[in-house]
Amino acid sequence: MTKLKFTSLLLILSLLVVACGDSNETSSDDLTDGEELVTQTTVESTNEVSEPAVETLTGEILIDGSSTVFPITQAVAEEFTILNPDVKISVGVSGTGGGFKKFCPGETMISNASRAIKDKEVALCEENNTNYLEVQVGIDALSVVIPSSNDWATCLTVDELNLIWVADSSVSSWSEVRSAFPDVPIDLYGPGTDSGTFDFFNEEITGETGSRSDYTASEDDNVLVNGVSGSQGGLGYFGLAYYEENKDKLNAVQVDAGNGCQPPEAAFEGNYFLARPLYVYISESVKEDQVVKAFIDFYFEAMDIIVPAVGYVPMLEDQKANALSAWQNFSS
Amino acid sequence: MNNSQLLKGSKKERELKELAFLTILYLCVTVAIVTLMTLIYDVISTGYSRLLSDYELGLINKVTIDNPKDFLTSLDSRDPLKAGIGPAFAGTIWLMVIVIASTFPLGAGAAIYLQEFAPRNKLTRFIELNLTNLAGVPSVIYGLMGLAVFVRLAGFGRSVLSGGLTLTLLILPVVIVASREALKAVPDTIRQGALALGSTRFQAIFRQVVPSAIPGMVTGMVLGLSRAIGETAPLIFMGALTYVNYYPDTPLSGFTAIPIQVYNWIGYPQSEWKDTSSAGIILLLGLLLSMNALALIIRNRFEKDW
Repeated sequence: MTKLKFTSLLLILSLLVVACGDSNETSSDDLTDGEELVTQTTVESTNEVSEPAVETLTGEILIDGSSTVFPITQAVAEEFTILNPDVKISVGVSGTGGGFKKFCPGETMISNASRAIKDKEVALCEENNTNYLEVQVGIDALSVVIPSSNDWATCLTVDELNLIWVADSSVSSWSEVRSAFPDVPIDLYGPGTDSGTFDFFNEEITGETGSRSDYTASEDDNVLVNGVSGSQGGLGYFGLAYYEENKDKLNAVQVDAGNGCQPPEAAFEGNYFLARPLYVYISESVKEDQVVKAFIDFYFEAMDIIVPAVGYVPMLEDQKANALSAWQNFSS
Repeated sequence: MNNSQLLKGSKKERELKELAFLTILYLCVTVAIVTLMTLIYDVISTGYSRLLSDYELGLINKVTIDNPKDFLTSLDSRDPLKAGIGPAFAGTIWLMVIVIASTFPLGAGAAIYLQEFAPRNKLTRFIELNLTNLAGVPSVIYGLMGLAVFVRLAGFGRSVLSGGLTLTLLILPVVIVASREALKAVPDTIRQGALALGSTRFQAIFRQVVPSAIPGMVTGMVLGLSRAIGETAPLIFMGALTYVNYYPDTPLSGFTAIPIQVYNWIGYPQSEWKDTSSAGIILLLGLLLSMNALALIIRNRFEKDW
């Protein structure tokens, strides 16, 4: 009884706080948001000019898969909805592997993937007679990050990263990585083993041996950001978007894969070692479907603007041209 | 028990001890309340600006978008200032309706049978034991079960119906236990009185006992429902969607729900999402608290003292 009285009291209180809030308050943060809005709305309006909705499409598009590709597909779906309000689009987040488990039996039409399809999944698709097209839609530049208080590890070679991250590595201090580094204990943060980011990083850095497991793992990248920035000897890796939003707390380590030190931003020119391709897979069963075709066509049109807007790296011109022609062959 | 054993020490000493004990108890309560208040304050102070559309209107007028968007009715967006919770809100309402429609008959029926009709034998004891255990099963397990039974076996797909039935399974044990307690609280004299006046067992139970137990049963159900709508994990495992650009229009539509939406927003890198997810949390809190208030009202209005 008293608990119920208490909760209802809370309800009243919370309503009061909401009601008393000053709605005209505009902080300096909000102004920068406004500026972002300006650029984004101009972008939208050019889109609408370049492709007026002549015929109204109706239908349904079912998408599922990677959480990394989700923001891109969601943003494309959002813009597509402005032009085609009657098309029902749903995007799930089951992870790349979970997405293929629905895609191959035909439960979804498009699958988001942050890695190429694995042999096991190819077999599953063959069992279900699902043919598909793999289309690259963008690039994620994996950023290796240190707190901004770390002024020594500005550039690490692939070998040094391997030395730190490889399974059974005994490196516990920065001075063991390079003798010029100070003797500060190294504090590692990274994604969990289920993550596509983890798979890619270890394919590129630690190879067959695999990753050490004595690091702080979290599926939530914001947790990794806080972990690395809060520890002087911190070192972690995650997608570029999370680094870009936290540049005040973090520095990105430049990676040297034999062609000199390159920051993650070098991925825009195709020169960054830890750049991973992001894909969508399209089922052959829907290539005749006008709605899906319009959606993927629009995806290609919008990706140059949308991919960087959600924190990823757009493909280079020739990569995009290849992907586009593959799609056009597939759908015609 | 010998009372003199309890009365050790002088009166003053005992009073001091009592005071110390009371202080500790008050501290315990304060910790709980302060934590809750801090959480609520934090969420409301970051989220209220986003919940009130005025804030957004000001910004939007600057950039002249034709339709100022309202948080409660617009679609999700990649832009934290435009993102709305409309489809997720609708999804949660759908879930509530389905959960109520299926929990009420199942929960009340099972409770009435177990409490009033079931013979006291090994089987009923086994069922009771199972119910208590089921109430402690992690919610993710119900999600997997919903996926296997409702999505695949029954063929409902990843629809709002499957989601609602999954949540029903989740809260059913709690609701049955609460309803049984309500029935148990009806004094036996009521049953015996009705039977003595010549009513059948069925009439005694459905005209006398159940109506007297309704407030307790409904309260249990509403509290179960509040738990159900705050759940994310079973829905995600069952296969609920994350982004939908439409409102669910039939029980077989795909859907997303407020907790999933909030979970998704919180994971984004941009700090503006914090306001938007807080606004979602306020909405969820508001729904929860209004349901708890409803339970309170029902209870106060219909409760009988025997």
